[in-house]
Formats: sequence, C-alpha cells, structure tokens
Amino acid sequence: METLTQYWEFVTQKKPDGTLLYDVLGAFWVNIQLTLWAGAVAMVLGTIILAMRISPIVSLRAVATFFTNIFRDIPLTVVMLIMWLVIWTQLGVSFGGKMSTDFYILAIIGLGLYHASFIAEALRSGVNTVPLGQAEAARAIGLTFMQSARMIVLPQAFRGAIAPIGNTIIALIKNTTVASVMGVATETSAVMSGMIETGANFVLLIFLTFAIGYVLIVIPVGMFFTWASRILAVKR
Amino acid sequence: MTPEVPYTTVAEQAVLIPPSPEDTQRAPKKPRRARRAEHSVLFDSPGPKTKRVIAIGNVVGVLLVAWAIYAIGAKLAEPSLIAKKGQLDWELWKINFESDTWTEFYLPGLWNTIKAAVVAIFGAVVFGLLFGVGRLAQLKPVRWFSDVIVEFFRAVPVLLMMIFLWTFLGSMQFPEPSFWAVVIALTVYNGSVVAELVRAGVQNLPNGQHEAADAIGLTRIQALVNVLVPQALLAMLPAIIAQLVVALKDSALGVAISYFDLLRAAQVRGTPYNALQTLTVAAVVFIVINYLLGRSGEWLAGRMKGRTSRLDDKFAQEIPINVSALSASAMLEPVDQDGYNEQNLRAEPGWLDDDMFESKKP
Repeated sequence: METLTQYWEFVTQKKPDGTLLYDVLGAFWVNIQLTLWAGAVAMVLGTIILAMRISPIVSLRAVATFFTNIFRDIPLTVVMLIMWLVIWTQLGVSFGGKMSTDFYILAIIGLGLYHASFIAEALRSGVNTVPLGQAEAARAIGLTFMQSARMIVLPQAFRGAIAPIGNTIIALIKNTTVASVMGVATETSAVMSGMIETGANFVLLIFLTFAIGYVLIVIPVGMFFTWASRILAVKR
Repeated sequence: MTPEVPYTTVAEQAVLIPPSPEDTQRAPKKPRRARRAEHSVLFDSPGPKTKRVIAIGNVVGVLLVAWAIYAIGAKLAEPSLIAKKGQLDWELWKINFESDTWTEFYLPGLWNTIKAAVVAIFGAVVFGLLFGVGRLAQLKPVRWFSDVIVEFFRAVPVLLMMIFLWTFLGSMQFPEPSFWAVVIALTVYNGSVVAELVRAGVQNLPNGQHEAADAIGLTRIQALVNVLVPQALLAMLPAIIAQLVVALKDSALGVAISYFDLLRAAQVRGTPYNALQTLTVAAVVFIVINYLLGRSGEWLAGRMKGRTSRLDDKFAQEIPINVSALSASAMLEPVDQDGYNEQNLRAEPGWLDDDMFESKKP
C-alpha cells in the first residue's frame, strides 16, 4: 500500500511550471492521434492499392502487388528507421517548422505506408467474399459497371472486410508505439522509458500502468469490430 | 488422330497404339489473362473497345512507373547538404561490399535476429499450447486465468514489454538482458496468438471428433491431448510459419533496447553517412527471408490439403489476431468432415488474381 502511495506521488510529480512531469494520459492521447492520422493515410492509400490490385490493367496490378509484398514483409521498425535516418537525416526532407513536427509527420507517413498494404489486403479479402453470382445478376438486370460496383459489389465487400480491417486497426494502435524509434518523444513507449529510467523502484508498476492502458483501449476496439462485423455480415 | 486398327477391342487398342505425344502432355492451360478476365467479379470479359482502353491504360501505367523511378533516381543522385555527394555514388555504396561490413555487422546481426525469432517461436508454441488448452479447460479458474493472460499479452504492444523486460532483467543482473527481453516479449505475444489459434482450431473441429473421443471413454483432457489438439496443430502449421514471420519482423524492435540484430547492425554500420545504403541491405534481407518463409507456408498449406479438419475461414476472421497470422489462416480452406472442400461444393471460383493465396484456388 505504501508503495502505491509512493508510486502515485512519483506519477503525479509536477514540473516547476505546474505541468505534469510525466503526462501519461497525454502520451496515450498522442498515440490515439497517431492512430487516427495514420489510419486515415492507410485507408486512402489502401483503397487506391486495392483499386489498382483488382483493375484489369496489368501494369497497375503489378505495381500494387509489388507494393503490398514489400510492405507486408518489411519490419515496421525498418520503415521507421528509414524514415528517420534516411529520409530525415540523410536526405534532409523537412516540412518546415520544428523538428518534432517533422518527426510526427514522418511517423504518420511511415505508419500509414506500412499499414496501407494490410488495409488493401483486408479490403481485397472483403471483395473475395462477394459471390460471382451477385455481379452476374447485376449485369443480368442491366446495371452498368459503375452501378453494379456501387450498389451490389462494393457494399457487400466493405461489410465483409470489417473484421480484417478491425485487426489492422488494432495492430496499428499497438504499432504507434514504434513511433518512438522515429523520434516522437511524447508517445507512450518513449514516456515509459523515461519514467523507468528515473523511477527504478517502480519498474513493474510503471509497465502495468501503460499495459493496462493499452488493454483498456485495445479490447473495447476489438469488441466493437467483432460486434460490427457480426451485425453487418452478409447472410449467405 | 488415332489410326484405324480394325478388329480390335478398345482395350486391345490401348495396348497396340503407343500413346501419342499429345496424350502424354497435359491439357493445355488457358492463358493466364483469360482466366483472370472470366473470374473477375467486377469486370466483364473485355470486348474489343475495352481491350483497347486496357492497352492504353497499360502504356500509361508503364510510363508513370518509369517516370516515378526516374524522378526518385534523379532526386537521389542530386548532391545533398549532408553527404555532399549523390546518394547513388559508388563511394557511399562501397561499404556494402567490404568484407568487414558482412563479417562484423550483417552476418552476426542476422544470426542474432534469426536466433531470437526461432527461440521465441518455439517458446510461443509451448506457451500457446499451454494456454490454448487452458482456455478450453473445464475448471473455471484455469479458464479465467488463461483468458486473462492471453487477452493481456495480446493487447500490450511488444515494444513496451521489451523495454520493461530489458530494464527488469538488467536490474536482476540477468545475463544478456536484451536478448532475453526480445525473446520473452516475442514469446508471450506470439504465444497468446498461438493460444487463440489452438482454441479456434479445436473448437472448429467437427463435432464427431469430440463425440468419438467421448464414446471411447476418454476424459476431457485425454481427448484434448490425444485427439483434438494434434489435429488442430497440424492445421495450424502454416499459421505458425506465418507467426514466425511476425516474430522475425518484431525482433527488429530490439533496436530500441540495443539488441544487436540485423537492423541494429545496419544502423551502426551506416552511421553517420551511409544509413540509406546499409538500411537498404537490411530491408532487402528481411524482405527476402520473410517472402520465402511466407511462400513455404503457402506451399505447406497446399500440401496439407485434406490431411485434417481445418480452421474455418470465417471463424479465423473473427479472432482479432495479428494480420499476418490472419492472412495465413485465410489460406486454410474449410473442409468438412468427409474431406469435401466447401468451396468446391459451392462451386465458387477463386476469382481475382490471387497471387498471395495461391492455395485457395480450386
């Protein structure tokens, strides 16, 4: 009990200017923001890749297949290190402004690129759940290509893709911690390392604090996607 | 084709007439493109006009790709502020062809990466079997405990576990804390994914397996150990290989706790001016290994077709596991109790260009 009170004092230490020394909740908020931004990037890119992947144009399909195969097999840490050491340091790519803004944007780009291929695969598995007969029936009643895609095939495909997209989003939430490799110093894993360094007596408690934070985020999100995929599943 | 041979029965003909070369050859396959076209759910078989549009689109696509490659190449060749030289300059790439770079950095790094991933995957299978069976146990406390453990380790980011374990083991004077931190973190994470696969695999076996085990008087644990889990394991083998890919990829997180893996080696070697060149090598090595592993997983999935009752596709999708394991379980086809492939029965062709899930094709 005494340890817990001491730990509470340690966590709620304040800087001279009155702000928290270790902003745990703020760190989680950074990760959530990273998830939302990178998720948006991944969704847009992933949809473009899917469109290329299933298009009848061979060259586009080859590019999309190449992209997914590369990003499926490369570790995220490598992507992030490339973003930092190569794109930022060696090539000097910058978005103006502060260094931390650069790191933040590059982390989003890295996370987005990496997860785009998984989103594309998830969407493709959704398209794969639509039976051929649906499209044939659409054509038989005289719908044009755009009409059958918009009204028949894609709605079913998106509904079929919810579960795998949920898995990708959950992976993304956890993978945002790798942003610390990219130099984002305000997110959870960086804050946790900082806390562990100074609070050597509370290593386990510090870890549990962050771990339970993730459990509290990841499990409801997972339950939501499981629920959504069940509700929206196309009965066949 | 067959010459007329009078006064012989069909059976005799078969003996008399040597097989023509055409007979021994396989039936001609349809050209790949034709197969694709007829299998696409979104696209009709192209008519002459569409074919023209596709051809134009192809040319435009190739030009775009060529332009993109040229633009990136030109940008890289420009001297930058830091390096004072173009990134494609031989001076910068030379480092990858020095023997030191390989004997002192890449190869030991690669060995450490593989060592951590392989040890972790064995640990993960043991962990997964233990807690997977635990989640199916009849005793409620055992089940709850296993549930909590599995859900916890699946939800916590591997990087956080590594950082914690590294500090923790270091403070306990444990030898090689960074290696064991990587291995334990990967073991518990991948182990809980495997536990989920074990549970899903067992629950998804046909009821008859379970009933037969009951009928010959096996206890619940005996049934699990002797009948159910071995089948689930066999079906899971490709998914375990996919998990090995995940472990290999995640072992690169060891960089954050200064574990000298391939990525760390490349980083150290490339500092300060050759990061692009050395990290490219690391990335290519990772991609090649993971690609080959992924391929062998698919090959295995194809080989094991019909050997056992399999993880159901639909069920596998509901398990919120890592995406790579998911794609592996998506390769497993649902086969019913009599060994019929459900998809063949429904005669749903595996349309679309299914390069990744080759084994899914009927």
